[in-house]
Amino acid sequence: MAAPGKLEPVPRKPPFDAVVTQHGPAVLRVARAVVGPVDADDAWSETFLAALRAYPDLPADANVEAWLVTIAHRKAIDVVRAASRRAVPMAEPPERQHATNLDMSTDRDAGIDPDAGIDLVAAVAALPDKQRRAVAYHYFGGLPYADVADVLGGTATAARRAAADGIAALRLTMGARP
Amino acid sequence: MTELTAAYPVTDADLARLQARLTSAAADADLLDVAYRLHDTPLGTLLLAATPRGLVRVAFAVEGHDAVLQELADRVSPRVLPAPGRLDAVARELDEYFSGGRASFDVPLDWQLSAGFRRTVLEHLAAEVGYGATASYAALATLAGSPRAVRAVGSACATNPIPVVVPCHRVVRSDGSPGRYRGGEQAKLALLALEAA
Repeated sequence: MAAPGKLEPVPRKPPFDAVVTQHGPAVLRVARAVVGPVDADDAWSETFLAALRAYPDLPADANVEAWLVTIAHRKAIDVVRAASRRAVPMAEPPERQHATNLDMSTDRDAGIDPDAGIDLVAAVAALPDKQRRAVAYHYFGGLPYADVADVLGGTATAARRAAADGIAALRLTMGARP
Repeated sequence: MTELTAAYPVTDADLARLQARLTSAAADADLLDVAYRLHDTPLGTLLLAATPRGLVRVAFAVEGHDAVLQELADRVSPRVLPAPGRLDAVARELDEYFSGGRASFDVPLDWQLSAGFRRTVLEHLAAEVGYGATASYAALATLAGSPRAVRAVGSACATNPIPVVVPCHRVVRSDGSPGRYRGGEQAKLALLALEAA
């Protein structure tokens, strides 16, 4: 307890709106990478609704991004489960549909080679689950490997290895691009 | 790997769509503790904020809207989200007021940012000093039942959380000069001129 009259700087919790603005884009990238573009909106929305519910109890000095990615991780698992319950057999494997659905949005984005984006998104979708999540949480979520390990289970070394293997596979794909 | 981030472009439209969806889901789940919107008026852009109980804050641009949202997070609830629809009625009444077509507001108010004697003062002001009228700080002190608490009345008016709607602009100094106002002296004079027209 602080001595009377001695003011300690109290961290102030930002309005939730500021959290959405600051971290919304990163969480959407995580969601798109982990569950694909079709279910990403659902995963994002479930994540931020759960975060809003719990926000008053979050310590003011908590790492908000790590907290959000942890929630996003759980919600992504829920969304994927729900999608697989809904799923009907389809002619086209999900990974291909995943890439096709991004066609329009990447084409609009000037300055980025749309083909490169689509290749990368397809390559991310084709990664083994643990590698894909490690890449997403570290590179999009901004989590250090110790935090990635907390989310995924296992050690920080294993998380670093999974992300490195994922990136190596992506580089291979990009290098093989004509 | 910036190429990787670039492969997942996030547009303003994406964020606007998701933010609207979040606000709607938050309302359905009773988690919209503080809804706010910005609203353009002849006095500049006002920030309007409401709890489920009613209008809780009106803020002028000079107060710094980010600082006001932080104050709402600190004092009311950190569950603060933009939700323009929740403030449609207030915005409409303000438009009518500024165009001279409305003399009083009938949206519900949440007084929680004003306590004790300050709240008593503001409630008397809202109920008893009508459109086009003015009162001195001393007269309002008498209305509030504490004729000698003139300075406290000044503080109550200067910290009114719901200016314009709770008409502290109608409280002026005994010498006729306007006195302190949250939106600045020019805003106070403009409101007095509007109501005198």
